[in-house]
Amino acid sequence: MDDLVEVKEVRKIFKGKGKSPDVLAVDTVNLKIKKNEFITILGPSGCGKSTLLRMIGGLEKQSEGIIYLARNEITGPSANRGMVFQAYSLFPWLTVEENIQFGSKIKKMESAKKKAITQQYIELVGLKGFEQHYPKQLSGGMQQRVAIARALANEPEILLLDEPFGALDSQTRLIMQELLLTIWEKTHKTILFITHDVEEAIFLGTRVLTMTSRPGKIKADIPITLEHPRSYKIKTEHHFIDLKEQLTELIRSESLKSIELQAQ
Amino acid sequence: MTKGRTTVTETIFLKEEKTVRRKKNKDLLKPYKPISKNLYLTLCIASFILLVGIWSLLTYTSIIDSVFLPTPTDVISSGITLFTEFNFVNDILVTLYRVLAGFVLSLIIGVPLGIFMGSFKIVEAFFEPLVSFMRYMPVSAFIPLFILWIGIGELEKVTVIFIGSIFSIILMVAVEVSNVRRELVEAAYTLGSTHFGVLRSVVLPASMPGIMDAIRLVLGWAWSYIIVAELIAAQTGIGSVIIESQRMFRIGDIIFGILTIGVLGLGSDFLLKSLSKKLFAWNYGR
Repeated sequence: MDDLVEVKEVRKIFKGKGKSPDVLAVDTVNLKIKKNEFITILGPSGCGKSTLLRMIGGLEKQSEGIIYLARNEITGPSANRGMVFQAYSLFPWLTVEENIQFGSKIKKMESAKKKAITQQYIELVGLKGFEQHYPKQLSGGMQQRVAIARALANEPEILLLDEPFGALDSQTRLIMQELLLTIWEKTHKTILFITHDVEEAIFLGTRVLTMTSRPGKIKADIPITLEHPRSYKIKTEHHFIDLKEQLTELIRSESLKSIELQAQ
Repeated sequence: MTKGRTTVTETIFLKEEKTVRRKKNKDLLKPYKPISKNLYLTLCIASFILLVGIWSLLTYTSIIDSVFLPTPTDVISSGITLFTEFNFVNDILVTLYRVLAGFVLSLIIGVPLGIFMGSFKIVEAFFEPLVSFMRYMPVSAFIPLFILWIGIGELEKVTVIFIGSIFSIILMVAVEVSNVRRELVEAAYTLGSTHFGVLRSVVLPASMPGIMDAIRLVLGWAWSYIIVAELIAAQTGIGSVIIESQRMFRIGDIIFGILTIGVLGLGSDFLLKSLSKKLFAWNYGR
């Protein structure tokens, strides 16, 4: 099968301001994402994993290399790559419903179809009854559900999630992981998910990529063969725990390096 | 037996109520702690009563000579005379018209320019230094120049308000616009927005409440500019009534004129504030 996304020899250098030196954030990343995959990228903080995601999203321009989406070169952000951010990014002046319709409005979709799609995704994320609420009236977890629904309602080729549950409390976080997994099991939407949480990466992904500390490179590419549908209970199974141990080791050595790097 | 038990319960209840009250009193000094609407209103009124109280104390007891500071009743009767014999309503309307004309004009040009300056670096680079420079030149100092250039008619008054307001409006709007959260802009792009779409559907609505606050603030300043303009050269308007009263040594009229400006300013601010709360309800509370 064709690759949906292909990242080819991509490097990102942030130009230093004033006297501070240039920073090599992402170093020669090669990555292929197939349709229907749920890829999680695991890396220590500051390793450039968000930068990689933002380059695929078109929000950041790579310094070298090319990124393709369905063989077309990515030159900027577009509706075919939906994004969910860690910080709340709902439009506070729009209701839940209007937020989710933001994309279809741009596409000038006819009203009946727009309504149907909105309703479909509101139900998918379990927010029926909250259509007319404003973001301020929702909890953090609910806001992120709307953000996911808003991105999905636009029917993108791929969903890019940048630590979307990073700001949530651990209980809500677990519930949101299950919700996202259920959505993937239903829709098989291609997803690229950034996290620094080992358990989250294994539980959600069909493939986990780990990254080195800065400059970020892909260090390991580990397929997760746990069966679907997955329940939260698999987190205590042997296979899961073995994977967790293996990945924790990989990340730990990188985290130590990145701490040393900061100490210098 | 029953009676005794009730008393005990009552004592406990009273004790609890006391601790609750004590706790409540303590909460009043807790930073950011909301208070009841009634208490808020009472305190608002109390501050005005206090001001009038001190004024009364100083004047009715003749601690201050009534020639320099008349009593509250004297000021009220001066006001009545102004309205009944000197057609003060006309002066108020004239001043109001001048402020509104100049201010609205400055909004028509200043708000869009500020929006462009806050969103496009090329516009910012071109206008920012110039506008910042202009803003620091006090408009009052320009009045003699304006009089030479355009005389002492209505146009001169409107120009004073316009020049006095526009540069602040431009800069404050630009700051509001440039502070729009980047996540919102990026989210819009990934949902398929064009550059213009982002400007219209994200930058504008996101910065509107802040722009409204800036407008309120600058309108407050505009009220003082118009009085300065009217003090210097005008036949009508609240400012001209004040300067005329000084010549006639009618201190009551001066104070009534000043109070009128205060009320007008407060009124316009209240109007804009309610409008803002109504239009941008999403920005206020839950």
